[in-house]
Amino acid sequence: MAANETTNALAELVRDNEKEILPEWLELQKRAGSLQTGRITEAELSQQSAEFLHLLRSGLAQGGGEVASSAYAPAREFLSNLSRSRALQGFSPTETATFVFSLKQPLFNSLNRDRRLAPAELARATWAFSILLDELGLLTFESFQKSREEVILRQQREITELSTPVVKLWDGILALPVIGTLDSERTQVVMENLLQHVVDDSAEIAIIDITGVPTVDTLTAQHLLKTVSAARLMGADCIISGIRPQIAQTIVHLGVELNVISKATLADAFAVALRRTNRAVTKVKSANGEDAKAKVASAEKGE
Amino acid sequence: MPTTRTDRLDIRSSDDVVKVRQQTRTMAVEAGLSLVDQTKIITAASELARNTLDYGGGGEICLEVIHDGSRRGLRLTFEDRGPGIADLAQAMRDGFTTGSGLGLGLGGAKRLSNEFSIESKLGIGTKVTIARWKA
Repeated sequence: MAANETTNALAELVRDNEKEILPEWLELQKRAGSLQTGRITEAELSQQSAEFLHLLRSGLAQGGGEVASSAYAPAREFLSNLSRSRALQGFSPTETATFVFSLKQPLFNSLNRDRRLAPAELARATWAFSILLDELGLLTFESFQKSREEVILRQQREITELSTPVVKLWDGILALPVIGTLDSERTQVVMENLLQHVVDDSAEIAIIDITGVPTVDTLTAQHLLKTVSAARLMGADCIISGIRPQIAQTIVHLGVELNVISKATLADAFAVALRRTNRAVTKVKSANGEDAKAKVASAEKGE
Repeated sequence: MPTTRTDRLDIRSSDDVVKVRQQTRTMAVEAGLSLVDQTKIITAASELARNTLDYGGGGEICLEVIHDGSRRGLRLTFEDRGPGIADLAQAMRDGFTTGSGLGLGLGGAKRLSNEFSIESKLGIGTKVTIARWKA
């Protein structure tokens, strides 16, 4: 078969000219800036290059006409691993694909140096090499992309798991520090979580802190209001805290009526909550007369 | 009016609404808007982007940093090819909604912007343009 002959000839060519191809290839990769960022060392690069050249040669020797054939399985696997590790090291897709594409020139040069080849053979060999390297180059792209996607997927999962915790500030006082946007499905989870905690802790007051919410639009406001109403039905009053000046002005312009007690900071809201539950924060004097740290005196009035 | 930078984004899902907010923030900073003005136009953009998605069935936004003499500002144009709005005056009225929202989005967006214009043709689509100038 002609294709087999061609690949065999190519395998021989790579074997015979390895001494020239490898340094030339390394030089091109260096010139393309593969080492500049310092993410891999020269030793690593030359080791990777030598290994890939060997795998490519054995693929050719086994008569692999197409990259998808089993002859190139080791070469494909090597490239996928290389692309994955480079994607994680922060290489750009171009830098990663350059690894394969920069091999073209040294291979073509060695074909040209080979005087034994007739023009027709030379053209066929060049074409075969070109196709092969293009396909391998695309493969690096694909693996690179795939590993990036894996990273994105993992981060997405982490974000979903980053559920906003409901924290207990004091007996009957809960706080929910909301971070991020409040118009996604996550909102539903966050709010249900709060209502469940209201039941579990038989909370009287729930403070929803929106310091970490960048934009409050009508949908966000609606979510907040719904949660407040639901909490109220369950016997807990809500205080909204962390309303920054720009957010306050925006809410006014939007025309949203937040019929809720709101405070600028979580500390203010906590103070209100303590007052509501007949508690106060007082400074206590320590034994030697100096002011000790402020402590919450849970002196419940009345009874 | 000369524009120094133009950007277009598709609005096809609720993730795109988040992108619209982020891009509006970036360009509002570029236009030199103050923090309050930034927050206002971002909120207005969020309202209109969600309208485009929910009532217009998706569309696109065009963001432009604009110059008028020494003034700088940000102009946003939302366009959809949805069913259109039958009664604009009614749609602009606070508290009116055909959906399940508060009915404050359009009116709120108008109050949050310096310039506001809306065109809508039944069966053809809706186009809303707002601008916020550096105070």
